Amino acid sequence: MTYLQLQGIRKSFGSFQALRDIDLSIEKGEFVCFLGPSGCGKTTLLRIIAGLETQTAGSIHQSERDISVLPPAQRDYGIVFQSYALFPNLTVADNVAYGLVNRKQPRAEIAARVEELLKLVGLPGSGVKYPAQLSGGQQQRIALARALATKPGLLLLDEPLSALDAIVRVHLRAEIRSLQRQLGVTTIMVTHDQEEAMSIADRIVVMNQGVIEQVGTPQDVYECPATPFVAEFIGKVNVLPAHALGQGRFRVGRLELQGAAHCDAHVAGASVHLYLRPEDRVAEGALEGIANRVWGEVSNVEFLGGSCLAQMRIDELDGQPLLVSFSLNQMHDLGVRVGARLEMALRSDRLRVF
Amino acid sequence: MSAVLPLPTVVALRQRAHWTDRIAHAALLLVVLALVVFLALPLASILVKSLQNGEGAFVGLANFTSYLASPSLLSSLWHSVWVSLMVTLVTLPLAFGFAYALSRSCMPFKGLSRTIALVPLLAPSLLSALSLIYWFGNQGIARGFIQALGFETIYGAPGIVIAECFAVFPHALMILITALSLADARLYEAANALGTSTRRKFFTITLPGAKYGLISAALVAFTLVMTDFGIPKVIGGNFNMLATDVFKLVIGQQDFQRGAVVGLLLLLPAVLTFVVDWLISRKQTSMLSARAVPYRPSPAPVFDALMTGYTLLISALMLAMLGMAVFASFASFWPYDLSLTLKHYTMGWVDAEIGDAFVNSLKLAAGTAFFGTIIVFTGAYMLEKTRGLDVLRPVVRLLAMLPMAVPGLVLGLGYIFFFNAPGNPLNGLYQTLPLLVLCTIVHFYTTGHLTAVTALKALDAEFESVSASLKVPFFKTFWRVTLPICTPTLLDIARYFFINAMTTISAVVFLYSPSTKVAAIAILNLDEAGEAGAAAACAILITAGSTLVTLLFIALGWWVNRRTQAWRNTTTP
Repeated sequence: MTYLQLQGIRKSFGSFQALRDIDLSIEKGEFVCFLGPSGCGKTTLLRIIAGLETQTAGSIHQSERDISVLPPAQRDYGIVFQSYALFPNLTVADNVAYGLVNRKQPRAEIAARVEELLKLVGLPGSGVKYPAQLSGGQQQRIALARALATKPGLLLLDEPLSALDAIVRVHLRAEIRSLQRQLGVTTIMVTHDQEEAMSIADRIVVMNQGVIEQVGTPQDVYECPATPFVAEFIGKVNVLPAHALGQGRFRVGRLELQGAAHCDAHVAGASVHLYLRPEDRVAEGALEGIANRVWGEVSNVEFLGGSCLAQMRIDELDGQPLLVSFSLNQMHDLGVRVGARLEMALRSDRLRVF
Repeated sequence: MSAVLPLPTVVALRQRAHWTDRIAHAALLLVVLALVVFLALPLASILVKSLQNGEGAFVGLANFTSYLASPSLLSSLWHSVWVSLMVTLVTLPLAFGFAYALSRSCMPFKGLSRTIALVPLLAPSLLSALSLIYWFGNQGIARGFIQALGFETIYGAPGIVIAECFAVFPHALMILITALSLADARLYEAANALGTSTRRKFFTITLPGAKYGLISAALVAFTLVMTDFGIPKVIGGNFNMLATDVFKLVIGQQDFQRGAVVGLLLLLPAVLTFVVDWLISRKQTSMLSARAVPYRPSPAPVFDALMTGYTLLISALMLAMLGMAVFASFASFWPYDLSLTLKHYTMGWVDAEIGDAFVNSLKLAAGTAFFGTIIVFTGAYMLEKTRGLDVLRPVVRLLAMLPMAVPGLVLGLGYIFFFNAPGNPLNGLYQTLPLLVLCTIVHFYTTGHLTAVTALKALDAEFESVSASLKVPFFKTFWRVTLPICTPTLLDIARYFFINAMTTISAVVFLYSPSTKVAAIAILNLDEAGEAGAAAACAILITAGSTLVTLLFIALGWWVNRRTQAWRNTTTP
């Protein structure tokens, strides 16, 4: 069931077009990430959904209700900002109860709800403290509890983890995810961190320069990027200039690669670019009988802990550099080091062609 | 079919306003209305008056040409310019030395020296002129000294220059202390590592770093002297200046047209100051990065001793100025009977109406502090933290900055022209205390406004967004969050309004009636009537009152900090 429906959302600041004709529908209970580089319009889109900015054109429906021009107070959402925006002069309990007090509920009921929420975000009993007495991660949990207190139908998260340390960030994002599952609240999170988006989202909306490039599950977006931008923005990728030979075959250097079925569209003779991820190769075991075997020399190794990224000069590609990833074990087993010569096979079934 | 399709004209969507937004809009409109009526229109009426003849007919620039043809008025213009220049040239290096001693040496008694040097801010500016007369006037105790220096008399230019130096010194000092304390220690460490001489460090790091402060202080000093009215009135004798001319033309001769012309001339340096200040403040922002390391002076016995001596000398001069006024206010019959008495206070309180005037001053100051703080803070909040009415916001910003560029004398002049006009429905306000309060609020609006805006900008910009998402109206958040956090700022603004309202003369001198005369004006009247002792007593009363209130505000601030700012003193785990 569609919970939130955006149609033809456009936003211009003077002559600058921040958003162009955004269409998007979000299902009830879904966790959606708006992902893109800074300035792509993702935060503007979130603020338009919140009513903190007004779109130049286009409509927004939430649960069938037209909220396009309603002020924030008449919409139904809770919001968490990167800066936490906790009221520093109020205790944690007063912060969490901020939206409840206004509803004229009995005091005991509010206190119980506050404690329940604090337990939910893993900080029971911290109600008497002031925000300044908490760490960044704890403050963001309180901000989350405050946003959830009034049981909103929609939770908006504006880069909630960006101000936190790497370790806290990974920890908290898992908690946000499990909390969201538990409560089933439809959630939109804005982030510029692709790893964060892929680990947390049901679907990712990849944005660039005011347009949506692709909407899909994290796996979709990674494996089948719809545009060159998505392919290059998410994960690492090798871009190889090539010529189409028709019927899904391409010539790159001295190699002839057979792409997967969707590559048929490129007519013979067209100049194209082949996108191949560093892990899309076979390097272990018997390579006999496998297509697209190549030899190359390792020219540089970037060590990443559990894996490494080797830059290789491939003979069949006339020395064109190719990034290839190896696990730590493969690194040892295959002897990956600068100057080593290795044989491997490219997985042309993984090719994306643009 | 044409190749170019006409673009469809898109009307941007507009969000429906919530009823709480409408309250904010109404409040913002009220602030704009107040600033237009009590600032823009009075100023506009000066402009109009300057282009009209006595019967109200438009005469173009005739008033200006006839002004320029009048040799006596031209000589006033020349007097004002060179006196202001002279004071600026004398005060600036003196204040720079003092500020340098406070921020760059390890001299003892820094806090005390600073306090003494800033004391004149608590007194009406003409206190120094009164003291000078007691020191060097016709019956002054050190009259011979001034004659030995080759001056025939203290009255006129010499007295004005010396008195203005004292009055302007603390203003320049405050700016320069700020400029000099914003130093990045890393620059000096780098210079030391390169073996740079002290002299070279001063000219290549210190002076360029304080450049904007120096320009700003010079402009402020020049404008203050140019537009000051009290000192030339008391000690100027027959030495005419623009500020005293305005008063004579408007109050004495009822020549409103020429008064308006002189008023506009006085506006010029202030507007120039305002523009230059605005231009340099835009450049200055990037000077000190967040990573700068604050400069800490290290002990240097000879230099520190020199600096101590210098500050002692200046402080002694300041105290001599204040002390003489205090002493004179207690002296029975200057200079013949110097036995101490309270009669200037007791008799003046009743006979010379110092009592009524002092009570009026307190009313004016309290009213200005109370209503001024409310208006300024509300205006700043509506401007910075609410949404909608985007056309109006630049107007509010401009109107809030404008008072900085308008000398009090010019503002007061505008008030006469505007509120005393027979057709004005607000005519009834003329010469009443509420109008004096409003005029004083407007006169000192900008500093209060900037203080409030700075405090509000330091708050998270998303408080209002969060409140809206929780369906809490903005005024509730204003009351529960914004106000409590900003209480110390509110106290600062209130204190600033109070002190300035106690000591101001220039704006209110045009607007008082016998029943609303304030103490600072009473000094002028007493001085004119030859009641020097009572005049000194009145000036000392104002100073004592301001000092007491400052101390009260400090105590209140301490109490408020303990009561409402507990959350600031908590430690992060």
